Amino acid sequence: MADPDRTGSHGWRGELGVYRRLVGARIRSDWQYRASFVLLLVSQVLVAGLDLAVIAVLFGRVDALAGWTALEVALLYGLGGVAFAVADVFASQAELAGRHIKAGTFDRFLLRPLSPLLQLSAGEFALRRAGRVVQPGVVLAVALAGTDIDWTPDRVAMVPVALASGTVVFGTVWVLTSSVAFWTVETQEFGNAFTYGGNHLTQYPIDVLGPWLRRLVTFVVPLAFVAYFPAAYLLDKPDPLGAPSEAALLTPAVSLALALAARAVWSNAVRHYRSTGS
Amino acid sequence: MTAYRGATAAGVFTNTVFGFLLVYVLLAVYRERDEVGGFDVVDAVTFTFVAQALIMVVGLFGDSEMAERIRTGDVVADLFRPVDLQLWWAAVAYGKAGFYALFRGIPPFLIGVAVFEVRMPPAGAWPWFVASVLAAVAVAFGWRFLLALSAFWLLDDRGASSLGLLVAVFMSGLFVPVVFFPGWLESLARALPFASMLQVPVEVFLGKHRGADVHRVVAVQCAWALVLAGAGRSVLSRAVRRVVVHGG
Repeated sequence: MADPDRTGSHGWRGELGVYRRLVGARIRSDWQYRASFVLLLVSQVLVAGLDLAVIAVLFGRVDALAGWTALEVALLYGLGGVAFAVADVFASQAELAGRHIKAGTFDRFLLRPLSPLLQLSAGEFALRRAGRVVQPGVVLAVALAGTDIDWTPDRVAMVPVALASGTVVFGTVWVLTSSVAFWTVETQEFGNAFTYGGNHLTQYPIDVLGPWLRRLVTFVVPLAFVAYFPAAYLLDKPDPLGAPSEAALLTPAVSLALALAARAVWSNAVRHYRSTGS
Repeated sequence: MTAYRGATAAGVFTNTVFGFLLVYVLLAVYRERDEVGGFDVVDAVTFTFVAQALIMVVGLFGDSEMAERIRTGDVVADLFRPVDLQLWWAAVAYGKAGFYALFRGIPPFLIGVAVFEVRMPPAGAWPWFVASVLAAVAVAFGWRFLLALSAFWLLDDRGASSLGLLVAVFMSGLFVPVVFFPGWLESLARALPFASMLQVPVEVFLGKHRGADVHRVVAVQCAWALVLAGAGRSVLSRAVRRVVVHGG
């Protein structure tokens, strides 16, 4: 016990090492069923294509939605889609907490010397979800190349910052909605409204929303920071309700604040856990 | 099913949220133009909330229970039962449809009515709407049943089911009404059973089909229900002859 880092169970570096090994084991185990793996990977790519098909159908009927052209909406779609897909790979496993609580198997997460959230993320890791990154990634590249962006250094930096922050925002939404399971047990569908609904929402300019819903996604569930504010900043688009374009610069701060809040809520939720006793 | 009140409330919440999101996007479309494919803005808003109300009733997102029993081998016990497997699951589908109509269908629709301007069916259209929904349940069931049977060959139906349901969800008009599609895609959706799963019942609700026309569209739905049921029956009889049970 002399060097806590070398025991592998103390300190974040040790936790990360364990996490990496667990994820590796999980990927090797999935790879044993290659046909099923490939089929599911393909279906993940197509699932992501569904929303794009909806956008394509709508732009078959109009030239612009709330003043945004098809390529500009594609930029929103790409930013939100990539962030959502990466969060799906690493954080969506949190929603399985509900299943473990129901089955009474959450106890064992508490007995092991690794944070329950990391155990869930590693134990239920599914590489096939990474298939969802490809398609919005391609759309993002096309949109970045095709839209009229004045590439100043701050705008170049905005792209990775927005993607990283957006991933954190979606990840925290998953953790926050999953925390509810510790009190109510049933959360899957409730969570879907915020996770999948949130992803859907980031694909459109928030100007399409009614005023109260717009305020909600800016100040309460800050999904507007995932794609809308960064894209408006990249395209130098004035906000119709007069939000300054510098709002986009708050994106990392917003995601950090949300991450801290999610951490507090989750650890409080885990402390609240009572086994089913079955 | 009434035992899971929390889950039902969460489902109503989810359908309502998605209804609002889809409606706001469609409203943005109607700021650019007055009608799309014969739908005015009130038609489109009504369509969205009726469609959200019908998702669970017709079972567009699938029902993993039946497929899971094939995957796990429990289907063998079902095949020993003195009832027909296909009729058994059809009965389950109708039972669920009744529950979902009351508890998952009506609440999100009423919330939509409270917030947006919505069109109610013309007086004579109600019985035809009910008939059309009943037929849609059978069409969607027939499709799901075929997808689930793929597990007899693939051992795991999840790939086939998720692809098949994806096609059904999009082509039935759930996210964007079929009348918004480009002409060739709309014709395709109407030539295949998908329009019969959702688009047609909602059009009947909106009073888009009157007189002999409504008889025709419901008859087409019933025909699809029968065709899919027949296909399901013949595939099932082939499947049970090659059933492999994985022991464990």
